Amino acid sequence: MIKLNAVLVAMLLVCALLLVTSQHRARKVFIDLERAQSLARKQEVEWNRLQLEQTRLAKHSLIDSVARRELKLQPVSPDRTLYLNPPAEGVAGSPTAPQLAAAQAGR
Amino acid sequence: MVRPVKHSRNALLTTKLSAWRSRFVLGMMALAFIALGLRAFWLQAWSTDFLQKQGASRYERALEIPANRGKIVDRTGAMLATSLPAKAIWADAEDVDAPREKLNELAKLLSIDRRELDRKLAEDKNYVYLKRQVDADVAAKVAALNIHGINQRNEYKRHYPEGETVAHIVGFTNVEDAGQEGFELSQQQRLAGKPGSRRVIKDNLGRFIEQIGSGREPQDGADLTLSIDSRIQFLAFNALRDAVREHHAKAGAVVVVDVQTGEVLALSNWPTYDPNNRGQLTGAQLRNRVITDTYEPGSTMKPFAIAMALEAGKIKPTTVIETAPGKLTIGTATIGDAHPHGALTVEQVLQKSSNVGTVKIALQLPPQKMWEGLTSVGFGQAPQIGFPGTVSGRVRPYKNWKPIEQATMSYGHGISVSLIQMARAYTVFARDGDVIPLTMTRTDGEAIGVPVFKPETALAVRKMLEMAAGPQGTAPLAQISGYRVGGKTGTAYKQENGGYQTNKYIASFVGFAPVSKPRVIVAVMIDEPSAGKHYGGEVAAPIFARITSETLRALRVAPDAPFATLIQPVEPVRESL
Repeated sequence: MIKLNAVLVAMLLVCALLLVTSQHRARKVFIDLERAQSLARKQEVEWNRLQLEQTRLAKHSLIDSVARRELKLQPVSPDRTLYLNPPAEGVAGSPTAPQLAAAQAGR
Repeated sequence: MVRPVKHSRNALLTTKLSAWRSRFVLGMMALAFIALGLRAFWLQAWSTDFLQKQGASRYERALEIPANRGKIVDRTGAMLATSLPAKAIWADAEDVDAPREKLNELAKLLSIDRRELDRKLAEDKNYVYLKRQVDADVAAKVAALNIHGINQRNEYKRHYPEGETVAHIVGFTNVEDAGQEGFELSQQQRLAGKPGSRRVIKDNLGRFIEQIGSGREPQDGADLTLSIDSRIQFLAFNALRDAVREHHAKAGAVVVVDVQTGEVLALSNWPTYDPNNRGQLTGAQLRNRVITDTYEPGSTMKPFAIAMALEAGKIKPTTVIETAPGKLTIGTATIGDAHPHGALTVEQVLQKSSNVGTVKIALQLPPQKMWEGLTSVGFGQAPQIGFPGTVSGRVRPYKNWKPIEQATMSYGHGISVSLIQMARAYTVFARDGDVIPLTMTRTDGEAIGVPVFKPETALAVRKMLEMAAGPQGTAPLAQISGYRVGGKTGTAYKQENGGYQTNKYIASFVGFAPVSKPRVIVAVMIDEPSAGKHYGGEVAAPIFARITSETLRALRVAPDAPFATLIQPVEPVRESL
């Protein structure tokens, strides 16, 4: 009887210690999770910020002014564009309206 | 010699005490223990809430998890509005204790006046906002100053990278993240997120070690994709701004609509404002003239009267109408043409924009028929485009029409419309006689139209509109290289204080291109051009031409008109010897 009790007490102690360690481990893992989640949030904010910055740098007004003033580019106009028509029509500098209408209808 | 004292002689010890006294003390002590026991039982087993709450408040924290407000992007995904975390800097005014230099530096960082800062800190409050929505990097510098009593709170700040170009469409939010104008207002429910919450246990180092319960996940606001193409928007905005300045106009508005899908590709107003910096805003800057303002359209209305008469079989495009002598008297009023013409075909009536001719055609229609026609293309009803403040304009009920009213309405007076209604109504000519709903959010797929006119009627009017924008028409300046365009000018006296102002005009142009297969409708309105020119053909048509040619280029539409090319063939043809 005493032996059995001793074994039970020993088992109880082991269980109690295991409970404490597993609780401790769970908390540690939770802390890691928290850290990872807050990192994820920070990264998301950073991603948003970078997207915003990209939009700012790719703003049409900025591109337009750089293209016109610094690079001295000119807008494309039809008279400076070579239009390639679908096969059999070849390359035409100034295609006629029916040709183009046909080309569009075929698309 | 000392005489020993016998204890038994001590008077105190020899006194006999009655036995009940000791029992009384014992009883009292027992009672006290019982009371303690009961109290302990009461606290531990009976009324547990209070103490458990007290305990929990020492290790538990309830956290609010903020939700992001949705982004607003254009049809290509370019950002138009987004939220980034920012800080609100607040002070516990009674608690602030810092040397002068530090406060000077603080004022400089927050870019507020030093006296203003002192005034705020002198307030008898323990929560005073010094500045809200401070960018994260500035907030970090403020924190580095380490002034006692100056604290920070997390919040969001809305950024609008495209600024003034799309201000009227996107709108803006206030410091509490609630929409105030534009889509920020109308889509507030959708854009705003729902903050989540959870409870956690903290350890002695302040780390969260456990979560209690499942908590509530934050729900981020949904993103909103507009139909706007920020590239076309920029082109339209630039053209409009330049034109308003050139003509010393009071205001201007432009809208570009995709004919196939009904999407609004660009919508621009001048004057405008920068939503990132709203120091002094005036009502004029905030007004979205395309949608919330009505005007008397003038001659841009004429194609509808003519189309209705064509549809009813009253006239043919080749029918000859006598417009001489350029005047027509109905009742007591006289209608006149700016330049008298002789006998004109219906096509020429529209090409030359003859009031007399149009009135003669329109008066062949019964009032009810004309009213139905105007209503079916959307006049007199607020367009459903999911935007706040759309107006219906004014088309009076046909029962009270007098002949003169029907006559003036046919050339766009005595009726009021908004520019977006006008652009929408022109889909009837740009398409094959059906009118489509417009939308300001991106749609994938063709719009479903409501038929109003027969395709032949629409085609006939489209031809007339091409003539009107041609060399013999009222708007040769609407011509662009490489594309066939069609459209109608409008010049109307401005209505103010219940009467027409004969020196104030609204010049407008509504047109589409390319005529062989219309892709876009561009509607332009200039309010009070006052630099000498005031006709729609002189003021609005060139803006139409600029925006349309740039838009068609941006959309990569193939030219449908012959044009002179500057490109040399790769292998020049040899001259024969």
